[in-house]
Formats: sequence, structure tokens, C-alpha cells
Amino acid sequence: MVEVRPTNTGPGRVLLSVYGLFAIAATSRAAVQLATKFDEAPVAYVLSAVAAVIYVIATIALARSTPTSRRVALVACSIELAGVLVVGTLSLLDSDLFPDETVWSGYGSGYGFVPLVLPVLGLLWLRRTSP
Amino acid sequence: MVDGLVAALIIAALVVAVWCGITALRDKPTDDPHLYGIAVVEVLLLVQVAIVIVRLAQGDRPSELATFLAYLILVPFVLPIGFVLSLIERTRWGSVILGVAALTLAVLVVRLQDLWGTIGG
Repeated sequence: MVEVRPTNTGPGRVLLSVYGLFAIAATSRAAVQLATKFDEAPVAYVLSAVAAVIYVIATIALARSTPTSRRVALVACSIELAGVLVVGTLSLLDSDLFPDETVWSGYGSGYGFVPLVLPVLGLLWLRRTSP
Repeated sequence: MVDGLVAALIIAALVVAVWCGITALRDKPTDDPHLYGIAVVEVLLLVQVAIVIVRLAQGDRPSELATFLAYLILVPFVLPIGFVLSLIERTRWGSVILGVAALTLAVLVVRLQDLWGTIGG
């Protein structure tokens, strides 16, 4: 009998807390950007909103810790990792595309590179707790 | 924002963060002294928030008012939420959570200070 380890206790609760923090931060930031200055940088702000949604989904999925939510969390963390790598690279190559910062610009440099580390930790944690 | 108070607030938050880090390294959950520690930080924070609210009422306006207000409303909840989570997670990881919360608070105060800075004082 293989023990199924929950994703939402121990170190997982720390991960979950930081995910929750980023869900709130990214959602608030995207809401402010979309509401007050959407025309200035539509691409960046829509991307902020997408990032926010992914953080919210990942947070909920990690908190639920069911077999289905594990898969959802896996997808969310993967998209997040891809997002921070692609957007991070694009923002360095072509700064015109992202005139205003998003969470993922410069590989999350505006947020202490936490957005880059977080999906990696998320994926490692999912693997560590996998049944 | 009051510069001296902001500096005290940031230092106090960082001290609590380091303290929680040490507690976690010693493989201990949070305890009553941590509560007293974050209470001190929270009181400093609420004094600062009250001062800012008075200044806002007097007509001072920081840059990016909407963002500033969002930070101002959320910032008092960071430590209480961190502490509640550390009570739920009665292991060293609860101490890590409270440490992260204290670190987050320090960052948020720096951000508030940045946004407020444009009007001085």
C-alpha cells in the first residue's frame, strides 16, 4: 500500500501560503492595471490577468490535494514555469512588447525572482508527494 | 509616511523574520514569544497606517493611488494570517510561514514608502 501524501501540510503549507500571496498580489495588480490604464499596455496587462488566474488555480489545486487537483496543480505549475521563462526572455529581448512590468517580466525580477522559483518548487513538491 | 517609524517597522519585521527562521532551523513551531514579537510589529504598523490615513484625509496623494490603497488595506492582515497559519501548522514549517509573512510585510512597507515618497515626508 503506497501512502498518498497530501500537498497541503508541512512544507506544502509554506508553498501554499506563498502561492496564496501571489494569487492575491497578481489579482490585485491586474485589476488595478486593467481598470485604470488598459490602453497603455494591453498585452502586458492581459498577461498580468492570465498570470493572476493561474496563481489562483494553482493555490486552490494545491490546497484541495485530491488526485484531480494534483493534475490541475501540475498543469498550472507547468504553464506558470513556461510563462515566466517565455515572458522573461521576451521582456529582455523586446522591451517594447512589455512597456509596463508584469509579474513575469525579467523572470520575475520585480518580485525577487520568486515567480521563477515558485513553479519549480511546486513541481518538485508535487513529485515528492506523488502516490 | 514617517521615516523613523518606517525604518523601525522594517527593522522590527526583519528581526521577527530572522527569529522565525532560527526557530524553524531549531525544528520548533511558533510559540507565545513570537506572538508578542509580531504584536509589536503590528502596533507599529497600525500607527503608521493611521498616520497615512490622516494625511490622505488632509489631501495628500501618493502616486498610483489605487495601488497604494490596495497595499494599505491588505498590509495589516499579513501578520495575523501568517500567525493563524503557524498555529494550524504546528511544526517547523509553521515557523517558516510566519517568517515569510514578516518578510512580506517588510517588502510591502518598502513598496508603500516608495509610492508615498513622491509627496515627501
